[in-house]
Amino acid sequence: MPENLFKINSKEYILPGSRACQGCGLSLFYRYALKALRENTIVTLPACCLCVLQGLYPSTPVMVPALNNSFASTAASASGLVAGLRALNKADTTVVAIAGDGATFDMGIQALSGAAERGTDFIYVCYDNEGYMNTGTQRSSATPMGALTTTTPILTKQQPKKDFLKIMEAHNIAYIATASPSYPLDLYDKFVKAKKIRGTRYIHIHVPCPPGWVYPPKDTVKMGRLAVETGLFPLFEIENGKFRFTGRSKTQAERGNRLPVINYLEKQGRFRKMDAEQLSQFQSMVDAKWDEYLRKTEG
Amino acid sequence: MEKRDENISAMCRPAVGEAGRTGDWRTVRPVIDPTRCIPAVKRKSACFLCWLYCPEGVVKATIPVEIDLDYCKGCGICAEECPAKAIQMVREDQSDE
Repeated sequence: MPENLFKINSKEYILPGSRACQGCGLSLFYRYALKALRENTIVTLPACCLCVLQGLYPSTPVMVPALNNSFASTAASASGLVAGLRALNKADTTVVAIAGDGATFDMGIQALSGAAERGTDFIYVCYDNEGYMNTGTQRSSATPMGALTTTTPILTKQQPKKDFLKIMEAHNIAYIATASPSYPLDLYDKFVKAKKIRGTRYIHIHVPCPPGWVYPPKDTVKMGRLAVETGLFPLFEIENGKFRFTGRSKTQAERGNRLPVINYLEKQGRFRKMDAEQLSQFQSMVDAKWDEYLRKTEG
Repeated sequence: MEKRDENISAMCRPAVGEAGRTGDWRTVRPVIDPTRCIPAVKRKSACFLCWLYCPEGVVKATIPVEIDLDYCKGCGICAEECPAKAIQMVREDQSDE
């Protein structure tokens, strides 16, 4: 194992015995995000899987202060926290808004867009488990095409996933990154970097969800890794408008050894109803996206 | 954490085992084979991929590696990711040996 493993902050900010599911990708990501952000961090979150992890009153397994909000107001409350901290002269405290894909792609986009437009000094993290997993796997606009959910139980979801990173790119914010809990060192580095940058930072995390995606909990890390290796969820960062691949995706872009998407899809029960036509459509969609990113690295 | 703000009525305090002893969610438990575990064999800090990938943070990166079975939910990620295949998932109703 590389020695940079031992550069990681060894302190744990999540105490054992949380309410998260067995093999939850979210708690793995949250563990490393908090390690990277360290003390002097305030988390603000809507009703989502993360607020389940935060626990019930009067105790919590999380060692940093966290604020629970209504669904649509995550970014708005972060703006308020930033203003409040500035009034108290505590500018060294990092405000982190963490919301799921439902609360970002569907409900929170208005407040997030407003905060990004104002250039509010905070980190917005979207952990994307591709559905409303906390309320029982309903379809969200982040659900990929061909996935079974409880609100698309017969025909599967027909529409492709919303390209949210493009929306955030259009806001011209200071820092945009994608990360996966299957690559914790890459995730850690990106959070360390984001903490130092001023202005609005947006980090998109692809979080595997065993009950929602229908696979055994032991495969969580493998599933996240397959999403990266098939090019479905490339790891990259956009700093001041400059795009670059990081980690595993960087070596893949150099060597051109991307796996076919079927390797990822066949391991999940939610894609069991996909037919051959949908599959080839999915593959060409991923290919087109990957080519778009490759062109960006060149230009 | 110690000071209490009068204006905040619902404020949680950090506690271990907020959801109770989550170890009883488990059907299989991880058992480490010390003859294969890399830090135990090499007698130095190495590998620790089980610690790296544990979502609960119940694995201690010490020599030998320890797992807090009171709170381990038995997801089996450590056994999947162990490069030396030193962790076996054993059914709860069976003994270790």
